[in-house]
Amino acid sequence: MLRKGLSRLARTLKELKPGEKAIISKIEGEKGAIKKRLMDMGVTRGAEVLIRKVAPLGDPIEVNIRGYELTIRKSEAEWIIVE
Amino acid sequence: MSLKFALVGNPNCGKTTLFNEITGSTQYVGNWPGVTIEKREGKAKKIEGDIRIIDLPGIYSLSPYSMEEIIARDYIVKEKPDVVINIVDATNIERNLYLTTQLLELGANVVVALNMMDAVEAKGDKINFGVLEAFLKVPVMPISASKGRGVKELLEKALQVAQAVVSTGISASTPELHNDSIMNCIREIEETIVPKLKSKSGNSRWIALKLLEGDENVQKALEVPGALLTEINVYQEKLEKKYDMDIETVIADSRYQFTTNVVSKAVKKQEQSSNLTVSDKIDKVVTNRILAIPLFLAMMFGIFSVTFGTIGSFTVDFVDGLVNGTLGNFLSSLLEGAGAASWLHDLIVKGIIGGMGSMLVFVPQIMILFFFLSILEDTGYMARAAFVMDRLLRKLGLSGKSFIPMLIGFGCGVPAVMSTRTLENEKDRRLTIMLIPFMSCGARLPIYALYTAAFFANNQTMVVFSLYLLGIVIAVLSGFILKKTILKGEVAPFVMELPPYRIPTLKGLLIHMWDKGKGFVKKAGTIIFAASVVIWFLQYANFSFQAVADPGDSMLGAIGKTIAPIFSPLGFGDWKSAVALLTGFIAKEAVVSAMGILHGVAEATEGSTDLITALRTSFTPLTAYAFMAFSLLYLPCMAAFATIKREMNSWKWTLITAGYSTGVAWLVAFLIFQVGKLMGFR
Repeated sequence: MLRKGLSRLARTLKELKPGEKAIISKIEGEKGAIKKRLMDMGVTRGAEVLIRKVAPLGDPIEVNIRGYELTIRKSEAEWIIVE
Repeated sequence: MSLKFALVGNPNCGKTTLFNEITGSTQYVGNWPGVTIEKREGKAKKIEGDIRIIDLPGIYSLSPYSMEEIIARDYIVKEKPDVVINIVDATNIERNLYLTTQLLELGANVVVALNMMDAVEAKGDKINFGVLEAFLKVPVMPISASKGRGVKELLEKALQVAQAVVSTGISASTPELHNDSIMNCIREIEETIVPKLKSKSGNSRWIALKLLEGDENVQKALEVPGALLTEINVYQEKLEKKYDMDIETVIADSRYQFTTNVVSKAVKKQEQSSNLTVSDKIDKVVTNRILAIPLFLAMMFGIFSVTFGTIGSFTVDFVDGLVNGTLGNFLSSLLEGAGAASWLHDLIVKGIIGGMGSMLVFVPQIMILFFFLSILEDTGYMARAAFVMDRLLRKLGLSGKSFIPMLIGFGCGVPAVMSTRTLENEKDRRLTIMLIPFMSCGARLPIYALYTAAFFANNQTMVVFSLYLLGIVIAVLSGFILKKTILKGEVAPFVMELPPYRIPTLKGLLIHMWDKGKGFVKKAGTIIFAASVVIWFLQYANFSFQAVADPGDSMLGAIGKTIAPIFSPLGFGDWKSAVALLTGFIAKEAVVSAMGILHGVAEATEGSTDLITALRTSFTPLTAYAFMAFSLLYLPCMAAFATIKREMNSWKWTLITAGYSTGVAWLVAFLIFQVGKLMGFR
């Protein structure tokens, strides 16, 4: 029960719609270039993200984080857990 | 005494503008992430003393995941600049300070230059410099590089810091950025493990931190023995357990906690108005779901229309009249009046004026194209194009980031290949480099301009546009094939900043345009000059060095006749075309000058109109198109070839690239000619 409740709360950045805001709680996955790049760009725990828009062809997405605009693919957004 | 100041900062923080402002050099400023690729140096002009300014690549972090980050870090660690001027974009201070924290950890003598203060003031935000200085423990200087404000004071402060270090021998103290549990681990590693290392470079506090972080580059450079790594591992596991994250994330997280804290104390943000910023409004249109791609195509088409339409052809006619008409006539009568030998007259008028002139006439056109490309770059549109196109490019196994080098490839292959350094994945980089030669560069323009003027005078723009499209289609197909065969690999990440739109300065655009135009003129004066003379001589004499009446009997004729059969199935099997294509390796535009010389034009009156008449006797519209397609796709020029070799760092891959493009060129030209013939074109 508890697990189920938790997993419903835990969403990924990919699931958010344009205009939605969330706080990053975790970045999943092994350490490596992708994770490091995300961290360098300020995608870390506690940062607030606002989904700005989706690219014309459906991917990537544009988000506002730490006061600037960042674009990442949905496949990367999937690793970012938000609350 | 000479001092070294290094400029370090994020891409897009105005670093190049500041460099230009300090050194007074006319340096090109771009507006897409990663534009500063090579290390550049200049002498500080606004201050007394011998101060050299080193412009390091724009980087987001010192973690060594891309070549630029490694270049910057190695420079600071090994060359030990007297002062590191860290440019921080004040409008984007929180993320920019992340790099600052890493510079402080490194123990460099940092002076923070808080740039774009004018934009911050315009927004109504307030930044308390005293609070910033108290946290960072280094001087913080407000500047506005684009307006030249605060630059002199910044340099004076940096000089003070450098002199203080020299006189006291004490470097800046490193602030304790991290919380107690992390700092304790760092201190313990510094005290117990670092002294046991044989080789040491950098300060011991930094080494301890890097060991804790598990930085493989540092481990390798310091030859850390396995036993010590196990000891370090104990600390790593302790922290990983405590924070439930891997150690790299723990440290990065901790740095961001520091910057977030600093910003919350030092920056007072004006209440965000709900109005959209100008940047947002532009973005709404430019990256609109329906409009984005048509807009991109329309923009490209518009650029080509201006470049090849009335304005472009006017400039060509103008320069043609000047070089081949006025100058040619003048030199011709001068030489005749002086009673010069006929071979000398021939060499100067036909060889040099003819050869260089055929290329010089296109310089204004190339400059117009570069003017537009730099507008796209400087405004920040290039990054949006990458954003819009990423999905498409991923289908080919590339990322939107490859798109930027490819767009630059429309200008020139050399900077395009160099700009692939921003790609983190080696395979992506290799693939992008292999595809760049298919982007039709500025030097191929003269070929199209000449042939379309001769055979497609009524729809020049359409034909040239179709060639550009052909190059793109070939690149797309090649990407698809190569990614499935010799360059198999995982999809690389796409994490990129979208810089705010900026209005480019006319000065910046003109500097860029002039730089490129100058580059071509210089090439005309050196390589093309030499090639023109050599080609002229080779077509003037035979192998016993005697003048020949018919160029077909000359040395060049013999070489051309030997290789010409290769091109027969493509529709242009005459020796002149074969020779022209050979010289294209020197520089693509040399194809045109070679054609000029070989057809013996530049007879000092009508200039290239003669060449057009001459071409009409040996080409048909169909073979002309096949010839243009071949010129577009085959072997990159010498300069591009050398750059590819340097960037790929492998002869094998360079030769594969050259061989692949030439094979594709032959096949495509073959198909155009043979299929076209079957369909009844001629």
